[in-house]
Amino acid sequence: MAFIPHTAEDVRAMLATIGVSDIEQLFDEIPAGLRAGELHGIPPAASEMEVGRLMSARAVADGNPLNFIGAGAYEHHIPAAVWAITTRGEIYTAYTPYQAEASQGTLQTIYEYQTMIASLTGMQVSNASLYDGASALAEACLMAVRAHRRSKSSRILMPRAVNPTYRKCASAIAGNQNLAFENVGFDARSGQTSMDALARWPGEDVTALVIQQPNFFGVLEDVDALTDWGHRHGALVIAVVNPTSLAILKPPGEWGEQGVDIVVGEGQPLGVPLASGGPYVGFMTTRMEHVRQMPGRIVGRTVDLDGRPGYTLTLQAREQHIRRSKATSNICTNQGLLMTATTIYLALMGPQGLARVATASMARTAELVAALGSVKGVETVFSGARFHEALLRLDQPLGPVLEQLARRGIAGGFDASADYPELGNALLVCATETKTSEDIAAYAAALGETLRAARAA
Amino acid sequence: MNTTTSPRPAEPTIFDLSQPGRSAAAQLPPALAADVPPALRRRRPPLLPEVSELQAVRHFTRLSQMNFSIDTHFYPLGSCTMKYNPRGCNQYAMLPGFLARHPLAPESLGQGFMACMYELQQMLTELTGMQAVSLTPMAGAQGEFAGVAMIRAYHRARGDLGRTEIIVPEAAHGTNPATATMCGMKVIEIHCTAEGDCDLEALRRVVGPNTAGIMLTNPSTLGVFERTIADIRGLVHDAGGLLYYDGANLNAILGKVRPGDMGFDVIHMNLHKTFSTPHGGGGPGAGAIGVAARLQPFMPVPVVGRDGGRYRWLDERDLPQSIGRLSAFMGNAGVLLRAYIYMRMVGREGMRRIGEFATLNANYLLARLRQAGFDAAYPTRRATHEFSLTMKRQARDQGVTAMDFAKRLLDYGFHAPTTYFPLLVPECLLIEPTETESKEALDGFVAAMVAIEREATADPAHVKGAPYTLPVRRLDDVRAAKHLDLTWKPAA
Repeated sequence: MAFIPHTAEDVRAMLATIGVSDIEQLFDEIPAGLRAGELHGIPPAASEMEVGRLMSARAVADGNPLNFIGAGAYEHHIPAAVWAITTRGEIYTAYTPYQAEASQGTLQTIYEYQTMIASLTGMQVSNASLYDGASALAEACLMAVRAHRRSKSSRILMPRAVNPTYRKCASAIAGNQNLAFENVGFDARSGQTSMDALARWPGEDVTALVIQQPNFFGVLEDVDALTDWGHRHGALVIAVVNPTSLAILKPPGEWGEQGVDIVVGEGQPLGVPLASGGPYVGFMTTRMEHVRQMPGRIVGRTVDLDGRPGYTLTLQAREQHIRRSKATSNICTNQGLLMTATTIYLALMGPQGLARVATASMARTAELVAALGSVKGVETVFSGARFHEALLRLDQPLGPVLEQLARRGIAGGFDASADYPELGNALLVCATETKTSEDIAAYAAALGETLRAARAA
Repeated sequence: MNTTTSPRPAEPTIFDLSQPGRSAAAQLPPALAADVPPALRRRRPPLLPEVSELQAVRHFTRLSQMNFSIDTHFYPLGSCTMKYNPRGCNQYAMLPGFLARHPLAPESLGQGFMACMYELQQMLTELTGMQAVSLTPMAGAQGEFAGVAMIRAYHRARGDLGRTEIIVPEAAHGTNPATATMCGMKVIEIHCTAEGDCDLEALRRVVGPNTAGIMLTNPSTLGVFERTIADIRGLVHDAGGLLYYDGANLNAILGKVRPGDMGFDVIHMNLHKTFSTPHGGGGPGAGAIGVAARLQPFMPVPVVGRDGGRYRWLDERDLPQSIGRLSAFMGNAGVLLRAYIYMRMVGREGMRRIGEFATLNANYLLARLRQAGFDAAYPTRRATHEFSLTMKRQARDQGVTAMDFAKRLLDYGFHAPTTYFPLLVPECLLIEPTETESKEALDGFVAAMVAIEREATADPAHVKGAPYTLPVRRLDDVRAAKHLDLTWKPAA
């Protein structure tokens, strides 16, 4: 039997020790009427070899397209060492470091992670991870309501230039606690969040303003002006950031006059594969004054009985296993393995490597926009400066175009028309350091031919 | 046994290893130029280490060696189901085709992955006796959230707005009451009987027109089967409330009893427990949910559907009453793949064996420990897949607590059981051996417990000072919380 080591002799001896005649007797406290019948819907066992063959066929079936999709998940080179170490059994098969003495490896890794992420975002403290970027934004909104003691409205200003799925996720998770999410529009020319739209809320009680940098369109927001507007109006400011970009962009801790209050984001670009959307790793950092309102695990350095330095989970009085219904969140298991991969990735890249990744991604996207923009029937939508994504408008409906590109082995971008119908056939494209000039030329050629064929049809 | 402190120096932090100008040069992409607007430029580089590739590899490898893990140690952490995580699951989930797939790639570039997800939904539906499954919640706590949010949405859709209370037994995991709060519900906690069952009288007193539902773990966190489940179902359903099943302990009854047959309306499963995906040092988990027919319209999206021979994503357009999205894409997809691979290897008959052998191992371990003189918290009850011991006698007579036993077990090469949970068992050790442990491993654990008991009698101070053989001895948690040191700082 797969993964069960018992011999017949073991079973006999164990039953004798317990004092029962068969295993079935161990279930005698369960009412007889509740016993399950045959599980016909589950196939019989298969060997590792057989399942391996099936999985290999299915993995190949998904192709390995030349990918130009971003929209919240980004393809970057992952050093081989990252997952070679991350999948070591001592990391892969440990659990939450409840027994600190037997978990110093995990705990020290978290401490190093907290240091790196806090510094990258320009904030003072980090937690040990949340599930992903979208749910991290939901947690940040809830945290802002707890941290902002003077605000009574639970009103969160949420620009439409924030990733639409993040907005949906924040509503689904935080909406049950009566948070009011208010849309803020964007400037149709630049693609930046509109200061005019913000002006609709003068003197009102606003709990928090969310700013995504770069925003969903890849456009760089005027983060100083937005942050200062939020603080001037008594709101806390929540930043949603791409961690790669922070190697070269001003960190949220330095936005405006005071810096933001809470930072969240998706850590996936830092060494985590695309892998159909998960597992990824949400990060969250904040100012020290708000640390007790943070959700999730936090690790601190302390000393042991002999005065040697060591690491342990701390501030646990915030958490569900202690505080129960009064906890800052229900989160328990988070994304430890991905936090580890991220830490190893950042250690290998260093400040110089990460800056090169960010700059190369930005450069490749500029090259991509130039190449695609010269294709007949393609125009760029926004004029604002961008990081490593851009919104293009095509003169043909996107569904068939993307399907044709997929047949040619190209994942051409994210169809943003459902979320932003006013922008027409809006395609969000992305290039990172993984793309070469040849890749970009190949995409431009394929897109040109596809659009030509579509117009002719 | 070696009880001296290791002379090996503590592993420095990665920042202590850093030297300006050093790098893992093979990892650097080409140096291209790009124009960041001056006002948006970063002025000072972030505090990231500058180390060689070998330095990083050695550092994190050495850190890994400071961990206890399933691959290295028996890890009987109660309520966590620390069973063997088959390597094949990891290898096949990490095939390049799966890793490279962008979550927003067209469906035509995802049929292989989606086939696995569709079949996983089907298998979990069958195994739990529910009507449908959504895989998107990213951990048990998010599965709980989805479940309670669906209960809330169900009552609201019927215009039944007064149902704002969730009943939770006092033995429940802390995530249950915390989840109910996140869903805007009021938490009503009720007691358990001395034999570990839910107190039906207490339930009768609190159930009523305000009851949205009850959250139950069965077998309960006390390590016993909730025998009154049929009565609980009757009471709650008759009052108009729904039943939520916390799947933390599903391993105990896998293939033997189905939550759907017990009358639960919604359940979550911890795929990282029951279906052997890795615990990863604290995640990722996966908290798939299963629903009865009346909650199906409210499931979180996306779900994989099938039209003819093609798989497609079902989203808000297909499920307009959905509670919505809980993640940026579809949750912890790679974890779900590992669970799928595991289920295919275990198969139909193997599912039943999991519940049986998890129960056999727990009852054997309990019997051996009782024969050795340890006290079961519920001596008249069968163990399920886990059981609780109470160390109150040792605490009273020798001053050696459950925590002291736990710490000393580490010196003997065993990860500690769960300590001080559930809270209503004094000096509690919650022990879950899982089905993948051999009789020899269980016997070894008993021998260690007996040896520690002997030490506790002869030299209690020695046990109270444990551990001695790990990278650190007991840590000063009070200092950690009082003098917060949460990030490394360069020496002044």
